[in-house]
Amino acid sequence: MKNLLIALFALILSCASASAQDTPVQDLLQEHRALIEKSSRKTIGPAIDALARSGLPQMQTVLEAWQAKEIWQRQADGLFFRAEEIDRTTLNLFDLDSGADLGPTPDEDFKQLKPNSGIRAMIGTALVQFQLSDPDPAKRRDALIAIERDPESSLLAPLRASIDSEQDAAIAAQKRRLERLLTIGYDADSAARIAAINDMAGDLGLDVRATLNPLTSSKIMVVSGDVPAEWNVAETLKPGSEDLPAAEAYALLVAGGDALPRIDDDDIRAALIANIQGGSVGGVPVHELDNDDARLTAYAALAEAGVVPATATDADIDDRLAEYTFVRVYDETDPAITTAVEEALKSIEVKVGLNQTLDLTLDALSLASIYFLAAIGLAITFGVMGVINMAHGEFIMMGAYTGYVVQQFVPNHTLSIIIAIPLAFAVTFAAGVLMERLVIRWLYNRPLETLLATFGISIALQQLAKNIFGTQARPLTSPAWLDGSWVMNDIVSISYIRIAIFVLALIFLCVFLFIMKRTRLGLETRAVTQNPRMAASMGINPNRVNMLTFGLGSGIAGIAGVAIGLFAKVTSELGSDYIVQSFMTVVVGGVGNIWGTLAGAAMIGFLQKGIEWFNPSNTLAAQTYMIIFIIIFIQFRPRGIIALKGRAAGD
Amino acid sequence: MNTHKSFVMRNPSVLYFLAMLALFTLGVTLLAEGTGTGLISTSFVKTLGKTLCLCLIAIAMDLVWGYCGILSLGHFAFFGLGGYMIGMWLMYERTRLIVTDALAQAEIPPTPQEIVDGIGTQIFGVVGSNEFPLIWSFAHSLTIQLILVVLVPGILALVFGWLAFRSRVTGVYLSILTQAMTLALSLYLFQNESGLRGNNGLSGLQNLPGLDDVPQSTVSIWFLWASAVALGLGYILAAWIVSGKFGSVVRGIRDNEARVRFLGYSVETYKLFIFTVTACIAGIAGALYYPQAGIINPAEIAPIASIYLAVWVAIGGRGRLYGAVIGAAFVSLISTWFTGGQAPDINLGFYTVQWVDWWLIVLGMSFVLVTLFAPKGIGGLVDLWIDRRAPARHGADLGPDDGSLREKEASE
Amino acid sequence: MKFVNTMLAGTVALGALSTAAMAADCPIKVGVLHSLSGTMAISETTLKDTMLMLVEQQNEKGGVLGCELEAVVVDPASDWPLFAEKARELLTVHETDVIFGNWTSVSRKSVLPVIEELNGLLFYPVQYEGEESSKNVFYTGAAPNQQAIPATDYFLDELGVEKFALLGTDYVYPRTTNNILESYLKGKGIAEEDIFVNYTPFGHSDWSKIVADVVALGADGKKVGVISTINGDANIGFYKELAAAGISADDIPVVAFSVGEEELSGLDTSNLVGHLAAWNYFQSADTDANAEWVAAWKARMGEERVTNDPMEAHYIGFNMWVNAVEAAGTTDVDAVRTAMYGQEFPNLTGGTAVMLPNHHLAKPVLIGEILEDGQFDIISQTTEVPGDAWTDFLPESAVLKSDWKDLGCGMYNTETSTCVQIKSNY
Repeated sequence: MKNLLIALFALILSCASASAQDTPVQDLLQEHRALIEKSSRKTIGPAIDALARSGLPQMQTVLEAWQAKEIWQRQADGLFFRAEEIDRTTLNLFDLDSGADLGPTPDEDFKQLKPNSGIRAMIGTALVQFQLSDPDPAKRRDALIAIERDPESSLLAPLRASIDSEQDAAIAAQKRRLERLLTIGYDADSAARIAAINDMAGDLGLDVRATLNPLTSSKIMVVSGDVPAEWNVAETLKPGSEDLPAAEAYALLVAGGDALPRIDDDDIRAALIANIQGGSVGGVPVHELDNDDARLTAYAALAEAGVVPATATDADIDDRLAEYTFVRVYDETDPAITTAVEEALKSIEVKVGLNQTLDLTLDALSLASIYFLAAIGLAITFGVMGVINMAHGEFIMMGAYTGYVVQQFVPNHTLSIIIAIPLAFAVTFAAGVLMERLVIRWLYNRPLETLLATFGISIALQQLAKNIFGTQARPLTSPAWLDGSWVMNDIVSISYIRIAIFVLALIFLCVFLFIMKRTRLGLETRAVTQNPRMAASMGINPNRVNMLTFGLGSGIAGIAGVAIGLFAKVTSELGSDYIVQSFMTVVVGGVGNIWGTLAGAAMIGFLQKGIEWFNPSNTLAAQTYMIIFIIIFIQFRPRGIIALKGRAAGD
Repeated sequence: MNTHKSFVMRNPSVLYFLAMLALFTLGVTLLAEGTGTGLISTSFVKTLGKTLCLCLIAIAMDLVWGYCGILSLGHFAFFGLGGYMIGMWLMYERTRLIVTDALAQAEIPPTPQEIVDGIGTQIFGVVGSNEFPLIWSFAHSLTIQLILVVLVPGILALVFGWLAFRSRVTGVYLSILTQAMTLALSLYLFQNESGLRGNNGLSGLQNLPGLDDVPQSTVSIWFLWASAVALGLGYILAAWIVSGKFGSVVRGIRDNEARVRFLGYSVETYKLFIFTVTACIAGIAGALYYPQAGIINPAEIAPIASIYLAVWVAIGGRGRLYGAVIGAAFVSLISTWFTGGQAPDINLGFYTVQWVDWWLIVLGMSFVLVTLFAPKGIGGLVDLWIDRRAPARHGADLGPDDGSLREKEASE
Repeated sequence: MKFVNTMLAGTVALGALSTAAMAADCPIKVGVLHSLSGTMAISETTLKDTMLMLVEQQNEKGGVLGCELEAVVVDPASDWPLFAEKARELLTVHETDVIFGNWTSVSRKSVLPVIEELNGLLFYPVQYEGEESSKNVFYTGAAPNQQAIPATDYFLDELGVEKFALLGTDYVYPRTTNNILESYLKGKGIAEEDIFVNYTPFGHSDWSKIVADVVALGADGKKVGVISTINGDANIGFYKELAAAGISADDIPVVAFSVGEEELSGLDTSNLVGHLAAWNYFQSADTDANAEWVAAWKARMGEERVTNDPMEAHYIGFNMWVNAVEAAGTTDVDAVRTAMYGQEFPNLTGGTAVMLPNHHLAKPVLIGEILEDGQFDIISQTTEVPGDAWTDFLPESAVLKSDWKDLGCGMYNTETSTCVQIKSNY
């Protein structure tokens, strides 16, 4: 007991002495403790300002630690520490003032400060002044990003000051660019701003538009008589035009107190209910109030009696609107600047449009290559052999799951993909051969029944995948070098994984062409599909050829599965998402011709993206209209875009 | 001309079928909760009633595929449209009653516009809207919606069929095209802009407007009767269509379209007729099905449903109407049993087979087996029983379409 | 003799009582109505396993009212009409005393008429769009004001978002939620042109155009935020595209209402760190009850499995039901429903959930940032927010309220003081 008391005393003493010592950081933090604990972007401002302006040398580290969620608070006395988590229950504490290592401590009594991303951004802005000239280039970049995110007029001066001393060329360029943007937004001198605007005209960067657009913000003003000279008028609006519907214009008048409000139906109804007296309102019996005319009459009577405010009639509205002028006025008062901005924006706009088209084209190309990849196996089994394989989608799925399983054993993503691709081919090749031997070869002259049998296989395989892998989506992670995207500018970019799929599709096209045109198997396949009996009498074994061709088509589907799994998801339903589209790709393109499949995929991809562009808020519509288009297209070209001619076309 | 009598005489199976259907309906009525001993629960009565509707669309499928050789993978689109048409009235009317009741409590009587707005808010509130789309224009009238049940699927089939048959799209291509049609329709209905509540579909259809006091046990029996009557009539109609000269031409088209065309028949017209009539039958089946199911939703007409339909007919036996009925009833009922958790698990010692997980695999494999080894499906058993065998062809195929009874039919 | 008589009578009465209780109720059947196949199996199978675990745990504790609990599992196969059929089967054939089930709103709407007709009891565990109140359903998931509205407030206040992209899968929950949010945002002074809405089909995988559209929203210098009601496995493609486009959570934050630990386990989250989700529960919640729950789940299902919000909803719902049955002394639906009001049960995240007379829970709202390991870092936790069936931010539902305890009405118009309808709208 006595020992405990002494210990307690010692503790108090040490605390007291700690506060007596020179601990300006801790003191400052304690001063703003309430705000820091509350940790809300709306209220934290003064605390961050105070810390940033304190001029204490430790402050940069403290703010950086706070931003990185490394500051912890001791519940007992509210003191703040920097801490590193050793394990789930232990912390390694550091003193904020001296940076001294206080050793490991159990974390029970400590609470982590978790600034949200809004606060982190504010801390980032506060850190700019320290970081702009930090020896560490990474921190200088952080500072620039912070400026980019939250441009402020106060940052312009330090930014300008730091440009000259910048050694790193890339960072210097970025600094100069930011300086131009801040000048546009915040410089006091109009001429400097206009110069900066002209400097940036034609630049495609999103940040440029983000700087310029706010300068063109405007609002609609109403005036009776002449427009005041100090207003920077963008345009005069006519009430009832597309830009300013009459109702909206009238609402502006009402809001300004210049006109009688128009009472809407609901308010009329409420007013009538409130004024029922002895079974009638304004002289109209209640039971007759089941139409709008009677209600208006009753309301007019009430208004006459002064019980309710009068409502404006259509004629009133037109009269009042004619009396006023409606103008759109820039918030920016200097017309020279708004003119320069509008011109700069116009010059950018054309470029943006062109680049958006380019981006859309890339997207469409990428979608087309995905469809092509999904359909190319089918182009062999269905297009060349004429076998309807409804389980084609499940072969794609098997390929994707093969990729997943390989990643479970080979953690290196690059290596695992290199292994997965041939393995997926092998697995689905084997499955395809098995299916051909067991089922399809008995049904070569009964195509519709092949459809049913393979559909049966398809649902069985799907369920089997569910039983084995569960219903959850499985991760198939692409190697790190496929992360991210190829960025041409702020508008045009495409992810590397899509480029990889595009390249893969090209490779497959070449492989297909090579096999069909340059190898013995291709020759035999073409012979067997055109006339099996004739081919057999020439010494070709049709059974073997069919088996290998079908296996090849299935194997390619397996590889496609790995690629699709990388870019989308791996679930047991992966295949069924692509099966109908794949069939349509082949049919639209023209059966029996790989170029047809390519054309079909390109048409579907471009069409879908085109429709999406017209109606960006509804992706489903794009798919619907695409299919309807295909149905109609087939009416006019029943054999597809590239139709086979002559005997090969047979039925 | 006493064609009717000769028709029944020539098709004794129609009488057998009708008798069995009547017996079945009577049996269910006597055992059901609402009208009899209560041995059969209401939920099972509903299942049986729905199964009868599925049998009806299976007959339509058999007509178009088994007899006419068009493997349509889109007939559930027509089934769904029929359901939507009747669903619109059911939903509108039920909501109208609720809204008028609610508004009648207010201090002042509602204007007609307020009633319509109220119904709109109730129906479309869940999809974030409250205005009536154009296609609901007739939803207030039962008569018109009932006509639309037949008309809308019929017109869609007519237009689609005319386009497809005119450009001589046949075989597998036509199958894929019909599949595309049903996919497009379901995607369209999935959109909110379609005005049919998107993915939410039309729900609460089992509650008949104005009949809140009638328990579902009774309603379910009514629908069972209606479905049985529709199935009976549909069977007679189908049997009548495929009998006689018309039926012979239709079967001729299935077996060799080119020859029939060279004989001077307008193949396209025959196909279009069969396609449209079956679409109408499918629409009626759907209109009876969905009030029993309670909800209709675009997922119902996804391509897979139509493929299942083809599978039922294949398992039951193509080219014979009772085969389609047997197939639809057998597969859908047994699926219900297995997925309902009633089937006992099988413990293999090292692994317990739970049917919920394995049923689809068994079903899928059985399609394969039926296609490979029993192209006549369950109907083939009937042949064994009545000793009706296909003539010996000395190993040669029966023809391009093994499942149908070609030679036998020709000799009839 | 008199003594003997009394004794005898007492014993008989006691025996009769206990046999009555035993004969009428044992075993108490708990229906589980979750899809085990089809598209929704991905989410719902987990909840089936959760229910089986809860029932097992309860049986180990001695069951309820001295009876064993028996879970009756059926598979509605993600087929909405089948939900109605299976619900009827559960109530009439299996005679279950309570049903735990459903995920999608459309499946709930399918079940509603059946459950109201047969006076069943359904516990619905998923966040949903509100605008509904059924006498026979307890909504243990979040109503919009317990998830969507607080998350939007967070965007507005804490992240300073000025321009919103509302991305959703095309079905009723995103439609209604976005509708409510649009109305709410306009009320907060966000202009209509600053709200971008997009709907995609289930399982959508081609996200590049939409992500590019979202990035392009930033062109007018306003901070853009994405509110995602994208459902199910479409999220995987969406987040992969987001990561590929290099969109940092600091530039364009994404808050998701349908993405939890389960969904994240299907992808690599290292590029998604900092994006947000709003739920009433995260696995990372640091309480003892949660640690125990997570351990039990992992022990049962495997170390790699995670827990999520709807599981907690079932956990609370099931335990409240057990307590209500114990309190009512019967499994009779009406008695249990009455006993449910005011039931309290500790949340796994700390604090206490309370069942309100509108059949919703009062639960805390949590906002978490995605971490590298697929878990969430909880950065904001409110006090308990009472669930509101009818949102205050749509004019036609602002006047409605639900109170089954005192008013006996789920759709009560407070302006006219009338009950609009007793049955729910479906």
